[in-house]
Amino acid sequence: MATEQDPSTSRPRRAGAFDVRMIIALLLGIYGVVLLIMGIGFTTDAEEAKAAGVNINLWAGLGMTIAALAFVGWARWRPILVPTEGEEGTEDHPSGK
Amino acid sequence: MNVLAQADLRLDANAIDYVLLAVYFVLVLGIGYLARRQVSTSLDFFLSGRSLPAWVTGLAFISANLGAVEVMGMSANGAQYGMPTMHYFWVGAIPAMLFLGIVMMPFYYGSKVRSVPEFMLRRFGRAAHLVNGISFATAQVLIAGANLFLLASVVNLLLGLPLWVSIVVAAVIVLSYTALGGLSAAIYNEVLQFFVIVAALLPLTVVGLVKVGGWQGLVDKVSASPGGGAEQMSSWPGEAMTGLGSSFWSVVGIVFGLGFVLSFGYWTTNFVEVQRAMASKSMSAARRTPIIGAFPKMFVPFIVIVPSMIAAVSVGELIRDKPALLEGGSGETGVTFNYALLLLMRDLLPNGMLGVAIAGLLASFMAGMAANLSSFNTVFTYDIWQSYVKKNEPDTYYLNMGRWVTAGGTILAIGTAFIASGYENILQYLQDLFAFFNSPLFATFLLGMFWKRMTPHAGWAGLVTGAASAGTVWGLAQAEVIGLSDLGVSMVAAATAFVVDVVVSVVVSLVTAPKPDEQLVGLVYSLTSKESLKHATTGEDAGWYRRPGLLAGIALLITIVLNIIFG
Repeated sequence: MATEQDPSTSRPRRAGAFDVRMIIALLLGIYGVVLLIMGIGFTTDAEEAKAAGVNINLWAGLGMTIAALAFVGWARWRPILVPTEGEEGTEDHPSGK
Repeated sequence: MNVLAQADLRLDANAIDYVLLAVYFVLVLGIGYLARRQVSTSLDFFLSGRSLPAWVTGLAFISANLGAVEVMGMSANGAQYGMPTMHYFWVGAIPAMLFLGIVMMPFYYGSKVRSVPEFMLRRFGRAAHLVNGISFATAQVLIAGANLFLLASVVNLLLGLPLWVSIVVAAVIVLSYTALGGLSAAIYNEVLQFFVIVAALLPLTVVGLVKVGGWQGLVDKVSASPGGGAEQMSSWPGEAMTGLGSSFWSVVGIVFGLGFVLSFGYWTTNFVEVQRAMASKSMSAARRTPIIGAFPKMFVPFIVIVPSMIAAVSVGELIRDKPALLEGGSGETGVTFNYALLLLMRDLLPNGMLGVAIAGLLASFMAGMAANLSSFNTVFTYDIWQSYVKKNEPDTYYLNMGRWVTAGGTILAIGTAFIASGYENILQYLQDLFAFFNSPLFATFLLGMFWKRMTPHAGWAGLVTGAASAGTVWGLAQAEVIGLSDLGVSMVAAATAFVVDVVVSVVVSLVTAPKPDEQLVGLVYSLTSKESLKHATTGEDAGWYRRPGLLAGIALLITIVLNIIFG
């Protein structure tokens, strides 16, 4: 039971090293760019006809690229703050506003 | 989960699709590696050190539930019944999620318990704790196996990989990141999964809608299709889905059966879900977790159920076989409603988008399994091992233990998946069996949180008799003494269990001794100071848009509007 707040192990917070928003942006960005290229250059007329006449690679690629940029923007606008050493709890540091 | 029979579902995946799939796997493992650096105590491993922001835990909250069983099951229901399936989301999830955030989370998070069974231990003592802990841990391993098996069958159908290869490869990937990064890795991957699923299914839905001529085209085609008709296009009263003869009883069944006993039991006491909220960094964030999750949850059916309905009226095999399938038989092409989404992908998506779609499906299946494993290892380590086997070891012992338990759970899940590949019905029965515990658990929790007189003996007695009564109803239905649809049976079983649990708990409480008041502080409403149930409203919890009550109100309002528009 008494495992949760052990004062001797003041573990370092390395939240700033890893922001899941950048990973989401990376994945959606790669997907978006690949699909855009596919949509512009490599989607055949037959494939387009199969997808009810929609060049879905192009549009989905565009959407994912925009979403990826939005995540990058969000991560830049409100970066994860690493609390300074010794501070505990979450109310101690200001939000990124 | 039905048998995935021998239909021709092989997708025309080419190199680009495989590259996109590989990119996803690399990032999944990368998250495990990165999350590992944040793990230095057992609390970091099992509860992410209670440090995550609410939007992360909120998305993980719904993604954890968006596994193989859910995606396949809901799309099959959508293809078969149409819009009434929306109730699984709107009536069968949103109210319970909001209730969890507003009413129950202050006790879960405020009492600083590390799991739902641990709350049982503190409120009712060992007997109830063991019943809850063991049934939960067992159920999670089995469901992880079910997710794994479903994943492997889909990979086998789509890409032609042998079943055992997919089972082992998927299990190894899930094990590597959950054992490395613990709950954080599972949660971050669930968030990633959510966006991949949207990236996969939203374009599919758009193309599908264009294909059938827009929303009006879908309405026309569904209305004209066999077995469906116009009632498939409105969510109420959903008689076909509930199997209840009259529209009045169908509405009652959906509101009280699905909307109350079934969904409250699942969403408010299932540790897979509650664990996500417990991992958040403050009381306010914990309360907002299920409430934030409610917003995407109400729109998920539009990209799961709507494309399945499109598939049912536009895919050749489904159109041909639908009449036979509706009568419970199997058609000449061998497809089932489970295939709806896969068939639509095959028919509509070009290479490129196809790779994203496959990644989306596999993402969902793997994240579902990781959610089961990451809650299993917590309950097994804290609630079984630390509570009853090895009590006073140093924290690193339990941290290492957690990693080994994850590996053990994975091996058991692989075993379950192989058994399931031989006897698929067994897995379905076992899942039904463990679902019996959900609704009595909710009754016990609710009574326990608001009635301080409820005694330890009432805690376990209510659970056991409630689950047993649900089992009896289910058994009668299997023996065809009661003629109801699957959903109808679960609703009646859950309602019976709820009532039996309440009655037994009250009766037992009146004849046995309650716990002294001072042991119930923080666990029972009347004995807990209002201050400790409140959340902070400063710093990162400030602002009207972070108020749980207001957010819940907005979510409820949108859900009602959706019900009116699509009712």
